[in-house]
Amino acid sequence: MKSWLKPSSPGGLVLIVVLMFGFGFALVPLYDVFCEVTGLNGKTKGAYQGQINAQAAPSERTITVQFIANRNDNLSWDFVAEEEEIKLSVGERKQTHFSVNNTYDKAVVAQAIPSVSPPQAADYLNKIECFCFQRQPLEAGEAKQFPLVFFIDPALPEDISKLTLSYTLFDISDRNSNGED
Amino acid sequence: MSAHAETLHHGPAKGISRWILTTNHKDIGTLYLVFSLIMLFIGGTMAFVIRAELFQPGLQLVMPEFFNQMTTMHGLIMIFGAVMPAFVGLANWQVPLMIGAPDMALPRLNNFSFWILPFAFTMLLSTLFMPGGAPDFGWTFYAPLSTTYAPPSVTFFVFAVHMMGISSILGAINVIVTIFNMRAPGMKMMDLPLFVWSWLITAFLLIAVMPVLAAVVTMVLMDVHFGTSFFSAGGGGDPVLFQHVFWFFAHPEVYIMVLPAFGVISEIIPTFSRKPLFGYRAMVLATIAIAFLSFIVWAHHMFTVGMPLTGELFFMYTTMLIAVPTGVKVFNWISTMFRGAMTFETPMLFAIAFIVLFTIGGLSGLMLAIAPADFQYHDTYFVVAHFHYVLVPGSVFGIIAAVYYWLPKWSGNMYDEKLGQWHFWLSFIGVNLTFFPMHFVGLAGMPRRIPDYALQFADFNMLTSLGAFLFGTTQLLFVYILVKTVRSGKPAEQLPWEGARGLEWSVPTPAPYHTFTTPPELNKE
Repeated sequence: MKSWLKPSSPGGLVLIVVLMFGFGFALVPLYDVFCEVTGLNGKTKGAYQGQINAQAAPSERTITVQFIANRNDNLSWDFVAEEEEIKLSVGERKQTHFSVNNTYDKAVVAQAIPSVSPPQAADYLNKIECFCFQRQPLEAGEAKQFPLVFFIDPALPEDISKLTLSYTLFDISDRNSNGED
Repeated sequence: MSAHAETLHHGPAKGISRWILTTNHKDIGTLYLVFSLIMLFIGGTMAFVIRAELFQPGLQLVMPEFFNQMTTMHGLIMIFGAVMPAFVGLANWQVPLMIGAPDMALPRLNNFSFWILPFAFTMLLSTLFMPGGAPDFGWTFYAPLSTTYAPPSVTFFVFAVHMMGISSILGAINVIVTIFNMRAPGMKMMDLPLFVWSWLITAFLLIAVMPVLAAVVTMVLMDVHFGTSFFSAGGGGDPVLFQHVFWFFAHPEVYIMVLPAFGVISEIIPTFSRKPLFGYRAMVLATIAIAFLSFIVWAHHMFTVGMPLTGELFFMYTTMLIAVPTGVKVFNWISTMFRGAMTFETPMLFAIAFIVLFTIGGLSGLMLAIAPADFQYHDTYFVVAHFHYVLVPGSVFGIIAAVYYWLPKWSGNMYDEKLGQWHFWLSFIGVNLTFFPMHFVGLAGMPRRIPDYALQFADFNMLTSLGAFLFGTTQLLFVYILVKTVRSGKPAEQLPWEGARGLEWSVPTPAPYHTFTTPPELNKE
């Protein structure tokens, strides 16, 4: 080891400082990876990419899915789930809607952020189509129906019979990047 | 002959430039200590405003917005302005004297790391006069309070924290390099005094976590100004991530603020017990164990964010594990005193109070570590009572004890023992009157950081406020004692404490401007 790189020399210590500063930023992707691997945090995945087997025999097992539409300080539009809850059998494809009304007097770009509870169920809720996949621009006073098409993976753990899918709308008009990845 | 001529030649410069340009570890140590004393009074004034408002239920003196600014600034100034610089000041004075080094290893860097601080805190304090007011999001600056809802002054807060961080990191680098490279010949690592050991470990904690603090404030800055979304769910970020990164810094920070005090106590207790420290090796290992554990317990500050059960359990057990090495330290101090020929001069009184009251703070910490119970205690005055017990009669008493203990060597004069005893007893009563009732109102559910409270908490809050006024005013007596000692104290002896051991006592009293220009001979006992 070069003498100026020893942890007892100023150079080595500065190196530790620089690495730890980088580590602070590295915690951001690490956190996402950790949540993805462990399935914590209730974050759902992007659009379902696999084969959808429509011919599968309908299963006996039914699951209740509840829908919640959150409004907060970021964007206090009218935002409601069409159906508060639906029952469906595992593997069955269902469609529902959220209705939204831009009550502001200006055009706003909204982004919906999903969250699933219990978080362990997030991996088994597969969305074929979701309004949360895109940014949603709405003109002043415009009303819209947001579609959601999804199914529950039959591998959903046996002890889960009810899950909650919630969406929160955020105003991202002043952001250039597409938030959802 | 030549040594004498050199001493005259290299004496301190005259006037103000001595303090601005100095690279002398003793001058810089004094600067740090005086600076932190000033910050103690500024932060104390803010605590005074908080306690005056909470003297009675209802809103009397300040608006809630200003109250929030006071709690935020009180925390920031006490942590980064009072406690941390005071310990760096002690390290500057004592580390070279205790290891037989002529100065710190990087003297010019030392000057720089001190002189950043006045600028950082001028900038932080100037936010009080800005439109929108000072930071009001708590010293923990949780997103989105510090991003979406922050006052415009958040930018100044971010840069002030950057500067404080640079100062601490440079100070820590200096301490590590000094300890590794400038020990007297023949002094091995396991010969180091415990104050030096504690500071070495603290310095490693500092260079490991201050950069993480710098990273998290930088992310806040970017979220506020550059349109990133590290902590904004709307852009794909996560506000809970803020808490993880912040507490990854802030839990080791807690130990940064108390390990040097452990070191001070480990010097004082043997001196006034007239016995060597019990279990030196165990003390060193316990300190290392505490430092290591401090990195894997951070989420116990966040039990209520909605962690999975496994997470709660992991952080609960690791947190409780810290009680083991901390217990080792407490029992070793008690064993050192056991059957010692003890006397109770002011430094010893503060040291014993440290052990008793820090242990109380540690025990309430254990209560908070129990995840299911924490849901009741979270964000109540019980938490406020807990961390003030470890920080005020913990860190602050440790610093005061160190000042009384080493002041005769620094100034050449003895403090007034009678006034010192008054200072101790008034502080001891004041601190307990202030913080003990907070346990009760906290357990009964009084939330922290709120300028008003329900009527049933009125009596205990009045007691707390009275205690705070007593404790704060008593510190004016401390300043009086310090000034009196330096100006007109009785000359101190070469060895002011008969039980004191260590290289720092081998230099003349007062310690000359340059010491150990030739390395000392170690006589091993």
